[in-house]
Amino acid sequence: MAITLTFEHKIIPTDKQGYLLDHLLWQKELALVMAENDEFELTDAHWEVIHFVRQFYLTYNTSPAIRALTKAMKAEFGEAKASSRYLYKLFPEGPAKQATKYAGLPKPARCI
Amino acid sequence: MISSDTQIEDNLSQNNGLAIINSKAPFSSDYGKDALDVALIFGSFEQKVSLFFQGDGVYQLIANQDATLVSIKDYLKTFSAFKFYDIEDIYVCQQSLVNRQLDETFHIEDVNVLASVEFGLALNRHQHVLRF
Repeated sequence: MAITLTFEHKIIPTDKQGYLLDHLLWQKELALVMAENDEFELTDAHWEVIHFVRQFYLTYNTSPAIRALTKAMKAEFGEAKASSRYLYKLFPEGPAKQATKYAGLPKPARCI
Repeated sequence: MISSDTQIEDNLSQNNGLAIINSKAPFSSDYGKDALDVALIFGSFEQKVSLFFQGDGVYQLIANQDATLVSIKDYLKTFSAFKFYDIEDIYVCQQSLVNRQLDETFHIEDVNVLASVEFGLALNRHQHVLRF
């Protein structure tokens, strides 16, 4: 099932699962459209993770898998937000998988 | 002499998981990227992994390389994220640096420069070795 992502009257190229092929096309409004297509609501807590994941990618050139994500979040936000429990509550289908999607990044290759 | 023998025995008796040897320059082949992927997978599953750089592999640790000039994703940037994957044991062969007239300055911190004998001993502490 191919999903076409249209944004501001333009077609944004994605892979089969809806991840952007070019992360430079990302912007917040585009993420909102992507989430809406998935019927997924983004709260401030979601945005915090999304921005964090995007910054991780821009710094290290890789999308973090869940364990690296929790370790990195711990360094940034402290213990409370650094558990996989917290992250799975926000992103039930898998924090690394879902957050990278709305952050406009490739799906993590080492994906859990 | 006794103390150094004991030291060696101690080292040999330790089971230090997986060692990955990087022996190729970073962007002329996929070996370095493949080695990195294996290291990060092991790290993601809390498996102990150590990285060894020797031969042309030492070029992977040299700073200020721009892979985008040859249209390749710069996977060396990912080395700075090792701490999030519990990859802390990083060794480089001193002789390989000397042979290539490279300084002991790297783009990541906490790299252990070892003379050939120590490099070999460190490698021997591992139960499994993968060479890329």
